[in-house]
Amino acid sequence: MMREVDVLIVGAGPAGMSAAIRLRAAGLSVLVVDEQPAPGGQIWRAVETVAPTTTGKLLGDEYRAGQHLAAAFRASGADYEPQTQVWQIEPGWHVYKSCAGQAEVIRADQVLLATGAQERPAPFPGWTLPGVLTVGAAQILLKTSQQVPADPVWVVGSGPLPLLYMAQLVRAGGRVAGWLDTSPAGGWRRAMPYLGDVLQRFGEIRKGLGWLRELKQAGVKRIRNVQSFRALGDGKLKTLEYTVNGGGTRQVPAKVLLVHEGVVPSIHMTRALDCAHHWSDQQACLVPDVDEWGQTSLRGVYIAGDGAGIAGANAACTRGELAAIGIALQAGKLTAQRAVEQALPLREQLAGQQRLRPMLDAMYPPRASIFAPSDDTIVCRCEELTAGDIRRAAALGQPGPNQIKSFTRAGMGPCQGRQCGYTIAHILAAEQQRPVAQVGFYRIRPPLKPLTLGELASLDLDGEK
Amino acid sequence: MTQAYDVVVIGGGLHGLSAALHLARRSARVLVVEKHWVGRHASGATAAGVRTLNRDRGELDLSLEALDMWHALASLVGDDCGFHPNGQICVAENAGALSKLEARVNGLRADGYTHEEMIGPAELRRLLPELSHHCLGASYTRRDGAADPHRALRAFRSSAVDAGVTLVEHCGVNALKKTGQGWLVSADGGREWSAGAIVNAAGAWSGRVAAMVGDDIPLATKSSMMMVSERLRPFIKPVVAIMGRSLSFKQSDQGTLVIGGGLQGIPDLDRETSTARMQVLAKGARSATDLFPSVRDIRIVRVWAGLEAKTDDMLPVVGPSPNAPGVFHAFGFSGHGFELVPVVGATLADLILTGKTSRPIQALDARRLMPAFAKEKSS
Repeated sequence: MMREVDVLIVGAGPAGMSAAIRLRAAGLSVLVVDEQPAPGGQIWRAVETVAPTTTGKLLGDEYRAGQHLAAAFRASGADYEPQTQVWQIEPGWHVYKSCAGQAEVIRADQVLLATGAQERPAPFPGWTLPGVLTVGAAQILLKTSQQVPADPVWVVGSGPLPLLYMAQLVRAGGRVAGWLDTSPAGGWRRAMPYLGDVLQRFGEIRKGLGWLRELKQAGVKRIRNVQSFRALGDGKLKTLEYTVNGGGTRQVPAKVLLVHEGVVPSIHMTRALDCAHHWSDQQACLVPDVDEWGQTSLRGVYIAGDGAGIAGANAACTRGELAAIGIALQAGKLTAQRAVEQALPLREQLAGQQRLRPMLDAMYPPRASIFAPSDDTIVCRCEELTAGDIRRAAALGQPGPNQIKSFTRAGMGPCQGRQCGYTIAHILAAEQQRPVAQVGFYRIRPPLKPLTLGELASLDLDGEK
Repeated sequence: MTQAYDVVVIGGGLHGLSAALHLARRSARVLVVEKHWVGRHASGATAAGVRTLNRDRGELDLSLEALDMWHALASLVGDDCGFHPNGQICVAENAGALSKLEARVNGLRADGYTHEEMIGPAELRRLLPELSHHCLGASYTRRDGAADPHRALRAFRSSAVDAGVTLVEHCGVNALKKTGQGWLVSADGGREWSAGAIVNAAGAWSGRVAAMVGDDIPLATKSSMMMVSERLRPFIKPVVAIMGRSLSFKQSDQGTLVIGGGLQGIPDLDRETSTARMQVLAKGARSATDLFPSVRDIRIVRVWAGLEAKTDDMLPVVGPSPNAPGVFHAFGFSGHGFELVPVVGATLADLILTGKTSRPIQALDARRLMPAFAKEKSS
């Protein structure tokens, strides 16, 4: 017997939990599946167990705020299945998932994707060396296992997350060897047009300034205008080489290098479903088209949270609630009138929560070199292909990403192009002198998560002996 | 000004490229027009089996000639296209299946065909050491094997271009009009070419092209799904099928397992895509793990489906249009066209340049499928 549910939510982060609570209140049956062992998503990873500890304290108030939502979610009556991966969604909404090696199909009237964001892949020479990881991955280690690197870490990149992580690391007793700031010069000048927004939301700005002050007090060395850098080492990271715009090249010893160039929506599910997407110039990524309720171009498939465009955790909660209202409306649990009334205060709240985003996007554009890596830089990690390999393949006809995949195997590995998709698109756009939006993106094939043959075979009920 | 070609080939899949290559090598001026890009659909999605095993008699002789061509493919396209003649095996899991295979092989022998042979459990185990012990025997074609579809596309494409073929990608054909000397081809963006002859190698959309010249050839659409695994150590060389179940199982040069065998997704010709059905693929996974229990924990990395045309009798249409002089069809390969690529292109070149061919294509005539001619035949 196939299990059925009114609404299946993928992801138990801010958006997924908020939506579940509101959907339950509207009287719908809800199943939330999530890859992590506990609710919270990336921002509030392990919040239930960590918030009350000293680590919770040093992670800060924004982190600890998540425990209240997690508690409300636990009490909401939504079914919740952690450590579960969704690997395929088929029309009629059949959601295929696996937990502990056991696969199952669930039928759902409506599906809400609350799968959040991923860190923007930022290739540079040496980024595959052991010792190089992302700031996000390091922060997860801090949240889930209270891991502080024993050696001083180098941090490269821009945006609010490196600032927050460095502040948290310093509070936890870690050391920052240096911060290579890759954001192009003139950030505040780029932010000027948004002065009104800054004043309006000064509380949030003050947080960022607070992190900067903490770093200054801790003596963290900030090196600005970093134009390019390389990780060097034989089998593992030994040396970091960087070039400052107009300031020469230096080599420094390094054991841990953390990189970050912002986050982009996780679009693998919406791409696999063939939902309509558009290119966001501000965030240099694809964003699914959604209506005022977060419904995609497919009826009954919704997105809430950063997966529908990067806007942060608080906005994700609000968007989760709005999606829940839209879903309840479509399920006939709310009149159109009631839905509009309930949504009104949420929409005002959301406008405020999203107000600083254009300023942040303008201040912290990703460094240009991640889209134009040098020929020797590996771009497809799974198949170990360099930017040079892709440029050579780009000379045959006017290939798009899917042809490049067939020519070179780029994007055919287990990561399904999550690491190389945007880089390949930008390289092709540059070689062919056309806009990246026109070049397009890989077609995404199931399974969305690696699945064993045995797991898949277990779904063949007719073949059961 | 409208450019003139001897032949315009509609469809830049492997069959279109092969026809263009053979024609150009014999001095014809050829243009290939492709709606998307070379190998976009079936040719890029194929399992690339080079198989004479279990071929229908209607295309067997053609298929055997094609196999010889595969064994010398580098002389045609400068690359062996990753073809490894490690054999194809059709396994019997029970006595009923075994006797069906034996009956087939005996029937072939009676007519003088020796390419298929029966092998017993000992030989089967030698060829496939990790095969489950419940398998009783198999039919086997030693000279068959599999190739690399992407290498084949590259090789046929570059050989065709080197032979002087003009390739136009991202351009769909909208109309074919009879002129005094031949045909006028109208395509996207107002592009036009005149041609003495037309090759319809438009794959899943060939029925629509045929209709442009008045041929009503009923076709269905196949959307055969494939899955590929992570890389693993080399452990199997031949391609393996099972009598009575949908499975084709092999290991690629990259070490990945490639599993298919005609499991069908949901095709959508208008949107030019198909939807995978994991519930159906689960049967393929079940067959694979029943045969090779050691692959249970191997991870599937990707699943896809290719679109192609299927005829009522599962044989392709190869030959002149019944209604439109100068138009030649090559489509409807129904899931087993890859092996025929080198020979069908050569056959079309015969037909177009000399008006006849000595190759055995009698069973592939379009008229057998067309209601108008079927009526004539019965009356």
